[in-house]
Amino acid sequence: MAEFITQYPLLTALLALVSLGAVFGAILGFASERFKTEGNPIVEQINEILPQTQCGQCGHPGCRPYAEAIANGEAINKCPPGGEAGIQALADLLDVEVIPLDEEHGEQSVKKVAFIREAECIGCTKCLVACPVDAILGAAKQMHTIIASECTGCDLCVEPCPVDCIDMIPAQQEGLQTWHWQLPDPVSLEVDIIATDAPREEAA
Amino acid sequence: MLADYSILLISAILVNNFVLVQFLGLCPFMGVSNKLETAMGMSMATTFVLTLASACSNLTYHLLLQPLGLEYLKTISFILVIAVVVQFTEMVVRKSSPLLYRVLGVYLPLITTNCAVLGVALLNINKDHNFLQSLFYGFGAALGFSLVLVLFAAMRERLAIADIPVPFKGAAIGMVTAGLMSLAFMGFAGLV
Repeated sequence: MAEFITQYPLLTALLALVSLGAVFGAILGFASERFKTEGNPIVEQINEILPQTQCGQCGHPGCRPYAEAIANGEAINKCPPGGEAGIQALADLLDVEVIPLDEEHGEQSVKKVAFIREAECIGCTKCLVACPVDAILGAAKQMHTIIASECTGCDLCVEPCPVDCIDMIPAQQEGLQTWHWQLPDPVSLEVDIIATDAPREEAA
Repeated sequence: MLADYSILLISAILVNNFVLVQFLGLCPFMGVSNKLETAMGMSMATTFVLTLASACSNLTYHLLLQPLGLEYLKTISFILVIAVVVQFTEMVVRKSSPLLYRVLGVYLPLITTNCAVLGVALLNINKDHNFLQSLFYGFGAALGFSLVLVLFAAMRERLAIADIPVPFKGAAIGMVTAGLMSLAFMGFAGLV
């Protein structure tokens, strides 16, 4: 061994460096297997910030595809339901500048929830198909109704309804950001919010 | 024994601070100090890498290079060791903390080229440190680096909103501040 070293100093140096490299390569190879990451973890975090309305206003089929697109560098200002607060949270997470909401994809509004005027519903099930989160309860020729706690307020059920019996009403929300004056009691103003052909009792 | 190690630590942190006294690792010092949060992330990553790299290079030198009489290969071997340690850290961070990975971004691989890391490894050899001493020296150097980086980042966050003459804004006032900090750290000379 010692003889070899004194006889072939250059070869020894070469062997030492190569074996050092080989050992380190093996360690790194093991580590890359051991600490393998499934997909891009940042997508999960972006997806958590997005409001999960699945409304498609951003141009993607849902919130998760948009999260993937953001992770790949798409603009963060295409989500109207998330609003300014959502953009702020995304900017914090991704360490980028806050940019105003892109008007092209819709305007930010208060969180809404769909409401079916049940007296007018003809039970066509068209809104059931349209709902991305299965928040509408009903069957063919049966009256439909909305599960308010499941509804994300995405508007997608309004368009297909043949009798226009779905309204978007502001959701009950708590917190300073969304607080607003209560709407006046419709009965006291003698305004009938349910449009109906039936003669009104007090008018009759 | 204990006193020796604490002196080694204090010397690496304050008296011979790697950034402000020996002027090693200035690139991350100027580059990552814009936000306190990033600076803290960078400090943690550097602390981990520096301590580990210091110990590993010491082992490589004493177990491989010295017995084979290949002392002259120490620089290239240490670069190899540091690159591997950094790569390994990156994998672990990526797995365990995606947020930290995102925050550190490009800086994590850049620790490879942080001259303080190679500086510590080579100084360990020059000063004939044994394994434990190298470990402490590396840790002390990392703590010193973290200390000044976090201090500097906190100062720069205040400077960003301070009323500074226009020509001094940004990097210029940063350099001035770094110089003043370096002056202040000279006050520690003679402490040990």
